[in-house]
This record gives sequence, structure tokens and C-alpha cells, in this order.
Amino acid sequence: MNGKSIYTSVIMAGFGGQGLMFIGKLLAYSAMKRGLHVTWIPSYGPEMRGGTANCTVVVSSEPIGSPVIQKPESLIVMNNPSLEAFEPRLKAGGLLFLNADLVTRPATRTDINVIALPANDEAVRVGEHRAANMVVFGAYVARGGILSRDDVAAGLSGLFGEKAASKLEVNMKAFDAGVKYAQAAPARA
Amino acid sequence: MEKLFMTGNEAIAEAAVRAGCRYYFGYPITPQNEIPEYMVKRLPEVGGVFLQAESEIASIFMVYGAAGSGARVMTSSASPGISLKQEGISYIAAAELPCVIVNMMRGGPGLGGIQPSQSDYFQATKGGGHGDYHLFVLAPATVQEAADLCLEAFDIADRYRNPVMILGDGVLGQMMEPVSFQDRRPAADLPEKTWALTGTKGRAANVVKTLNLDPSVLEKHNLKLQEKYKRMAKEEVRVECYQVDDAEIVIAAYGTVARIAKTAIQALREKGIKAGLVRPITLYPFPYKTFADIAPKVRKILTVEMSLGQMVEDVRLAVGDKTEVCFFGRCGGIVPGYEEIVVEVEKLTAKVAR
Repeated sequence: MNGKSIYTSVIMAGFGGQGLMFIGKLLAYSAMKRGLHVTWIPSYGPEMRGGTANCTVVVSSEPIGSPVIQKPESLIVMNNPSLEAFEPRLKAGGLLFLNADLVTRPATRTDINVIALPANDEAVRVGEHRAANMVVFGAYVARGGILSRDDVAAGLSGLFGEKAASKLEVNMKAFDAGVKYAQAAPARA
Repeated sequence: MEKLFMTGNEAIAEAAVRAGCRYYFGYPITPQNEIPEYMVKRLPEVGGVFLQAESEIASIFMVYGAAGSGARVMTSSASPGISLKQEGISYIAAAELPCVIVNMMRGGPGLGGIQPSQSDYFQATKGGGHGDYHLFVLAPATVQEAADLCLEAFDIADRYRNPVMILGDGVLGQMMEPVSFQDRRPAADLPEKTWALTGTKGRAANVVKTLNLDPSVLEKHNLKLQEKYKRMAKEEVRVECYQVDDAEIVIAAYGTVARIAKTAIQALREKGIKAGLVRPITLYPFPYKTFADIAPKVRKILTVEMSLGQMVEDVRLAVGDKTEVCFFGRCGGIVPGYEEIVVEVEKLTAKVAR
């Protein structure tokens, strides 16, 4: 670390099965490997079966106090109910990442930055329709400025283990598609 | 040391195995199922036994049996399941058997909910089962601390021949954080388990029982237990003081709420309000003296819990009339945000200023 103080919080929300929990873990794990403090908390319980699932991640250069965040600095949303639930909680000036293929209404707040991207389309285009989570994650990392592409690739292989090494490449392709999108997208939708 | 990325539940399970725990008996309940899930894979690797019993009551009596034979043994559950175990816990405390019991608290009373809570404080620290007994109660606030305290819990249990409870909540159990495991062997000075049921070859039979029909003998046994609890209070109290030296307001909180309070304290200090935290790590024995010593130096103590006021009774007992003790709690599975704690402290400081 270069001595710069780092603190960021993000809530990631969508349907169970969309891989929100996974990209949350990927963020925390990759940041941990960089020597940062991290916490990851899932929503748990009946809402995970078919309904919405979410996780909260905090990354910090200092030991983390509260792992529970009322007003996150960023928000990743992969379905309509999650936008309903979490848009009001995003910190003013915060970043909202939307999967525009599944979120059918625009964000209503005007004091936040929205990055909407067709994550499902991009995932299909790179050859893995289940990697929409990685597309959005790419956009988040590109804007977040904490992790590098190498950090994410290392984190991914650490979490996947050897058995899924073949999945690494296509997931990183999806990630790159998201990065590209974030770099091209205007700051405000 | 290599950092692993684990839930609190998994970290406790791994720490138990590293502490030499070779027997786990339990019955599933949210939010602690990752403990049995981990144990069912891990214990066979080290020649241990995992058994999912037919009920919580059966599992705690299996713990009674394994502990009676001198083995390191653990069970875990969450609030309603811990209530079911109380009969066995009382027996284990009466028979002075070492074991570790994990309670990942969820909202009650009754079957309640599955979200985090701290409303089993009374049950954990004051008894819960029948009779004059106490558990040794540890309250970790981070996944690392959960692992460290679980490693120690088995030593404490052996040292005092007493059941030790690790009291966490749904946040601690479900949360993932970096954790590294110390290479830790059981303490060298632990008493030998001469009382254990290991077969009578070459010696008279040991007896583990809790029935004691002679009142004078039973009273003596109770007094002996009390001596032990006094010894724990003298030797084992653990507490963290955070930014209390110049604090005008001290927050008293344990476990998950304590770490949320730390964030609140940072926010309060940025606003110029000098707040600090006293975090009991042992809930029994309770750090009465720490609170008594701090009380005259602060304007108010605010106890914050995920309950409607349980630990606050011990804080008041410690503090007496030396300062005002206030309370803020959320319950039923609601985890307070640090912003709410900030607001509560600001209300108190406004009153102080007036």
C-alpha cells in the first residue's frame, strides 16, 4: 500500500443465483490479498430462495468498525426489486451500477451517478451468459479505483481454485467488457 | 501468517479443530449452520466424530458424555436451540465438565426470527438452566477474535472444569473477514483430567453425576462452584477500552454492536464529541471494575445492545450512582446503524450542555 487512506462500501443486490454474493466475495477477497481490511456480509434467510439476495462489502486501509452499512458509497443493482429497496439508501453523490437488461425503470434520484450497462447482452457476447455479474463488476472496479485487473484475476483464481481454471478466461472477458463500458459511459445517465 | 477468508462460523469451527476438539454434536438451526457444515467435512480428516443428533437435547447430553470421558467437545446452536439445551448445560456445569458451547444469537423470544440479536445475554450470563451455576462467556466482535477466543475457550474450559459459551450473533456467524490461525497448543499448565471416565484399570472408578440427595453435601458442592466463579472473576476478566482516556461519554457494548459503536465514535469525534467505548470480551466474568473505575471520569455511559436492555443491568450494577447509565437498543433482528448511535449520543450530550 502506498500509505493512502482507503475506505469504501458497496451493497450488491439482485435475484438469488445472479452471482451478486460471488462478486462481493471476489471484491473482498481480492482486496484482502492486497493487504486491505475487508468485511463481507450476506443477507441470509428465506429471501434468498427465489427472491432478492444482497451482500454488503467494506474495504478499508484501517480496521473496520461497522460491517453493516445504511448508506453505501456504491450500489450494484441487478433487478427491479433491488432498485426499489436500495436506491433510496445510496449515499448522495454515490455510484449506482445498473444491469440495464433487467432493470426496466430508470433511477429516480438526481443526486447520484448512474452507470447503466447491458450486462446480460455483454455476457452473451463474450460467450458466457452467466457472467453478467462479472460485467457489472468490471464496471464497478473500473470506477472504484481500488483494485487492478491483475488483483481481480488473482482473486478469481484464488476463489475458483484449480477445478474451475478453465472458467477464468471467459470471466475476465466479461470483466473487461464491463471495464470498457464504464470508461465509455458518461458519469451521469 | 497466511490470511484466510472465512465466515465467523467457519473460523470458530476451524479454531475448535485446531484446539484439539475431536467431537461435535449438534442439530441444525440458522444462523449457525456453517459450523456443523464445516465440522462434518473437517472432523473426519483428523479422526474426529461429527454427529447430527435427533434433537438439541440429545446433542447436549452427547456433549456431557464426551466431556465426561475427558475429550475436547463442542456443540453449537442459535437462541431457540440453546434454550432446548439448557437442561444439559445445567448438568454439565453441575458435573464440572469442560466443553465449548456456541450460541449465534437470533431474535426472540419464542421461535422468533433468524436475524441477528443479543437478547440471550441474561440466559448466557445468569444461568438459563436451573441451579446456582455460571458459564464462562466470551463475546468476540470480529472473525479473527472469534477464532482466537475459540482456541482459548477449550483451555479455559479445562482449567476451570467449566462449560464455556462463545456468544455471537447472526452478523458474526455469517460475516466473512480475513483470519489467520495461530499455531497454538493447549496450555502446558492445564490440570490433568484425573476425574475423567477412561476405564477403571488400575484405579478406583471415577463417578460423574449430578444427583446429590444430601443437602449438606450439595450445599458444599455449590459453595465449591462459587469459589471457582470467584477465581474466574479474579483471573480471567477481559475487556477492551477504546478511546476512553479523554472521553466524556462512554458507550458500553459487546460483540457486533461494539464494532458498530467504534464507527459511531469516529463520527462523533469528527464532530468534536469525545466518545469512547468499553467492550466486555468476557461477559461472565463481567468487567465490573473497569466500569466502576471509569464511571466517575465520564458524564454518561450509554449502553447499546441488540436487545431491550440486558447487559445494561450489569453496567448499572458496576457503576451505581457514580454516573448516569442510559440505554439504546434495537431488537427482533434489527441491527442498529452507527448513525443511530451517533444520534443517541448527541441527544445525551445536548442534555449535558443544558
